[in-house]
Amino acid sequence: MLKKLLSAAAALVLFAGTCTACSAAPSDAPEEEAEEETEEQTLTIEDPDYYTRFRGKNISINVYNWGEYISDGADEGTLNVNLEFEKLTGITVNYTNYATNEEMYAKLKGGGTAYDVIIPSDYMISKMIREKMIQPLNFDNIPNYRYIMDNFRGQGYDPDNEYSVPYTWGTVGIIYDTTMIDIPKEDIDWDLLWNPDYADQILMFDNPRDAFAIAELTLGFSINTEDTDELEQAAFKLFQQKRIVQGYVMDEVFDKMEAGDALIAPYYAGDALTMLENNDSLDFVIPKSGTNLFVDAMCIPSTARQKEAAEMYINFMCEPDIAFANIDYICYSTPNSAAYEMLDEETRESPVCYPDEDFIADKTTVFVSLSEEANRKMQDLWTEMKSAEDEKTNKWITPVFLIVCIAMTIFVLIHRKIKEKKDIF
Amino acid sequence: MKLKVFSAPYLIWMAVFIVVPLLMVVYFAFTDDAGHFTMQHISDVGQYANIFVRSVWLSLVATAVCLVMAYPVSFMLSRMDKHRQGTMLMIVMLPMWMNFLLRTYAWMTILGNNGILNHLLSLVGLGPYKFINTSGAVVLGMVYNYLPFMILPLYSVMVKIDHSLLEAASDLGCSSRSTLLRVVLPLSVPGITSGITMVFVPAISTFIISRMLGGGSNLLIGDLIEMQFLGNAYNPHLGAAISLVLMVMILLIMTLMNQFDPDEQVLM
Repeated sequence: MLKKLLSAAAALVLFAGTCTACSAAPSDAPEEEAEEETEEQTLTIEDPDYYTRFRGKNISINVYNWGEYISDGADEGTLNVNLEFEKLTGITVNYTNYATNEEMYAKLKGGGTAYDVIIPSDYMISKMIREKMIQPLNFDNIPNYRYIMDNFRGQGYDPDNEYSVPYTWGTVGIIYDTTMIDIPKEDIDWDLLWNPDYADQILMFDNPRDAFAIAELTLGFSINTEDTDELEQAAFKLFQQKRIVQGYVMDEVFDKMEAGDALIAPYYAGDALTMLENNDSLDFVIPKSGTNLFVDAMCIPSTARQKEAAEMYINFMCEPDIAFANIDYICYSTPNSAAYEMLDEETRESPVCYPDEDFIADKTTVFVSLSEEANRKMQDLWTEMKSAEDEKTNKWITPVFLIVCIAMTIFVLIHRKIKEKKDIF
Repeated sequence: MKLKVFSAPYLIWMAVFIVVPLLMVVYFAFTDDAGHFTMQHISDVGQYANIFVRSVWLSLVATAVCLVMAYPVSFMLSRMDKHRQGTMLMIVMLPMWMNFLLRTYAWMTILGNNGILNHLLSLVGLGPYKFINTSGAVVLGMVYNYLPFMILPLYSVMVKIDHSLLEAASDLGCSSRSTLLRVVLPLSVPGITSGITMVFVPAISTFIISRMLGGGSNLLIGDLIEMQFLGNAYNPHLGAAISLVLMVMILLIMTLMNQFDPDEQVLM
């Protein structure tokens, strides 16, 4: 009897555990959209002949992209972009994901891999250009580049437009709970994140580049500053904020904001939309004093094996229908003018996805890569800031601790040897 | 002689995936970007002393809590009749059937400001308390995740203690307290040392627990190492240097631990 009860209890525990785990898993796939647009999306290619060159040659390309960053046809009526490309060109696509720019960089830097198309963000592109890890594109093979809007050409990270074709863009703003924060939307600025009234209700980026950018914006510095003094001031600003910050998070922000565990968090516009969909009391605002504009763009690594096929893939991604399918899935903003025209009016007018053009031109800045020194300085300041809570520990404590350990080990060993000898006689 | 042939697959595995990577860690720790010898990175590790101290402290606390909680449970388990032992052991192991990340993720929802625990407390008019993003939450995460690693070695040693020894002790006039102190405790030392090893080593090098439950402001050594590779500045040399110092530290602590165990060389 007891045994039965126990196994029943065990089953219950297991079940409850699974439920918590399930409900806790981030739910970033917007599922409701498919129901709204039941009409099947069609694909029209303007110049199909262009894509036939590699047919029957049994070529494959390796595409390395962010997770959840391409239309995969999972929702009814949407296109499976990679499959369409394979059907059209006969080129096989090996598609893999990464979670951060740094992960992608570390993998490419480590060698032993040959990717043909990667989609890094702005600052990572300029870093990879500097380190000759990506190669100039042949724009004759990418005629669809003509669809890319002018504001997204010649950006700071790739000033001469040689290496990259923009894929998506977005801004960083503040997600906040409208029921608890009664500041008018237009008055909200970055200083909200330093407001002691909301102590312990504020989340912050858990990556130094984004966190420093916010501190630099409040201090009126450039978000691409390499000045040691300015970086230190920004770090101090972040240190002041630490007292009232509930936690430093990245993707955990979805759960925490949707569950109402925190009231304020800075995050990326496209992801904010997902959170807004799941919790009605949330709203998103782009602070009026300006923000960071991020661009993710398609590039070809220097180690690519199939450069022309990769350019064909990039061109395909710029086809209006494909660009539309992707942007509809990702919910970020598109730099592709034809895809933009295909969006419904509500999205085009949305201040979250497509803020006013003048605001974009005057108040937003794109990241460029910092010098190696500035990067390390920032990383050091960040580590210091995050672990600064406790009083300064003497830096000799680790070596002293090691020496004490060694001394004790030797002492015990000698002690035992002596004891053993005594036992023998 | 024949047996040696069968151990070859693992020996090769060990050489390729354990020894070679270790040598690479050492190489990276002592060289700079250009490949020249330098002590710079090793000496840079000194500035993270407070993080080392916190990691050692938190994992020691977690190990101690595990030991205190696991010891009576293991003793009780080892004295049960055989059928019940199986069921109870299964319950101990049960959480390990689920992925470590998911389990920690679940704690995030339990401990959150609007989480299950605070919700329950509010029903009886208490709270809300701040559970998550504290070092206590990190210790809790470690204890929860590594408790089975303490119970299992303790149990397997204690189950071998013959019951007649305990009976003999009480026949000879031992109180139950001194039976525990002078019979059970000395006999279970091997279990204690291997339990401590199996909890302390993963606890000191963990990084995901502190990120999820510590809110990113309770940095541990694991977080620090991860930041060198996947953080803003890609600095594998410093990362390797920190890992090396950590490994040496663990090695020393383990050697020290083994001195308390006169007969067996545990896990080395």
